[in-house]
Amino acid sequence: MSEEDDLDLNSLDDDELVQQMHDDLYDGLKEEIIEAVNILLARKWTPYDVLTKALVEGMRIVGIDFRDGILFVPEVLLAANAMKGGMVLLRPLLAETGAPRVGKMVIGTVKGDIHDIGKNLVGMMMEGAGFDVIDLGINNPVENYLEAIEEHQPDILGMSALLTTTMPYMKVVIDTLKEKGMRDDYVVLVGGAPLNEEFADAIGADAYCRDAAVAVETAKDFMARKHNQLASA
Amino acid sequence: MELAPSEEFDFKRGKGDVLLIACGALAREIVALIELNGWTHLDVTCLPAKWHNTPQFIPDGVRKKIQEAKGNYTKIYCVYADCGTGGLLDKVLEEEGVERIAGPHCYSFFSGNDVFAEREDADMRAFFLTDYLARHFDKLIWQGLGLDRHPELLSDYFGNYEKLVFFAQVPDEKLQILARDAAKKLGLAYEYRETGFGDLATFMSAAEPA
Repeated sequence: MSEEDDLDLNSLDDDELVQQMHDDLYDGLKEEIIEAVNILLARKWTPYDVLTKALVEGMRIVGIDFRDGILFVPEVLLAANAMKGGMVLLRPLLAETGAPRVGKMVIGTVKGDIHDIGKNLVGMMMEGAGFDVIDLGINNPVENYLEAIEEHQPDILGMSALLTTTMPYMKVVIDTLKEKGMRDDYVVLVGGAPLNEEFADAIGADAYCRDAAVAVETAKDFMARKHNQLASA
Repeated sequence: MELAPSEEFDFKRGKGDVLLIACGALAREIVALIELNGWTHLDVTCLPAKWHNTPQFIPDGVRKKIQEAKGNYTKIYCVYADCGTGGLLDKVLEEEGVERIAGPHCYSFFSGNDVFAEREDADMRAFFLTDYLARHFDKLIWQGLGLDRHPELLSDYFGNYEKLVFFAQVPDEKLQILARDAAKKLGLAYEYRETGFGDLATFMSAAEPA
């Protein structure tokens, strides 16, 4: 794009700017997203509104087109990296302003597996949806999950695996939780390319999440049920 | 197993009465083994090798091939490992009564499934190439992952890897150069292991008519 064609984001009104941010997320334009986040903050938008109305909504559109086979992994990664740019600015402000928190999640890739693209996307989208996310990284033995659960007392435990050879380890973690009488204290969500609902059922997970958008919706559903149960108790 | 070369048999599709339904990434090796061993009873049909990146297409693709072939062959075998289908391919094969080569993926059965499993921990941070993948690295991996257009995504994809291991089925200097170049492009250490055809040869030698 020539300089003459460059769009001055400052010249857009709020609605136009948010629409432009959705487009820029879709196109993976990190610098533009960072600039637009700064503009909205300067216009006295709350960090929470910038996050939800601009970034999360933009990523929701990306997620739909990924699910429908219009976008592919490289494009989703670019969009995620652009959102990350905005999140770096928003994260400390969200903490300062006491934005609403939906719940807490511990997430990690299981032992023997170093793949984290899907897990990272889920973590980022969960954070965007108002969850506190404790990311354990890759190659996690059951002890790592147990320690994190004890330390952070999450609502949700998320496990990810990309390999057929590593996905059975999720059952090791769930069985350990059962042995310790802790299984029912947490919602266990699992995901990863070779997984399916049948596998999630077989290992005793609460749900299989096909992608990051499904993970967020599933987590929100479980949190809503939990609140309803507490309210009616 | 003895792989005695035969100059008398050039494989032609549509001749054998035992069908191998295989990943296109294995076609060259399968035909080489058929010709080396004079396995005239074997026929081969392949599905797209590019499904390496989208294994969700494999189970239905294999089912379609089986149903098209039933009645035309005395026996059908599947030359796919689980290949990232998470057991869904096995479900299809069980329903269709077709046996497949054992293993989680081709790197494993080329190495020998037992050998591969023993090295699982040591190779956890390894990215694998076979002859096919070395030959088609640029198209299938580099372009397939969008790295030609977005090299900045390299660390997203390969940041947790440390080495590239080239499992060579047939010693080939040119392929070794390609594999080494691939490792360099990905920023990984390079390791070469000559596997031969591994468990593929054993599986094919046992693929007999009903």
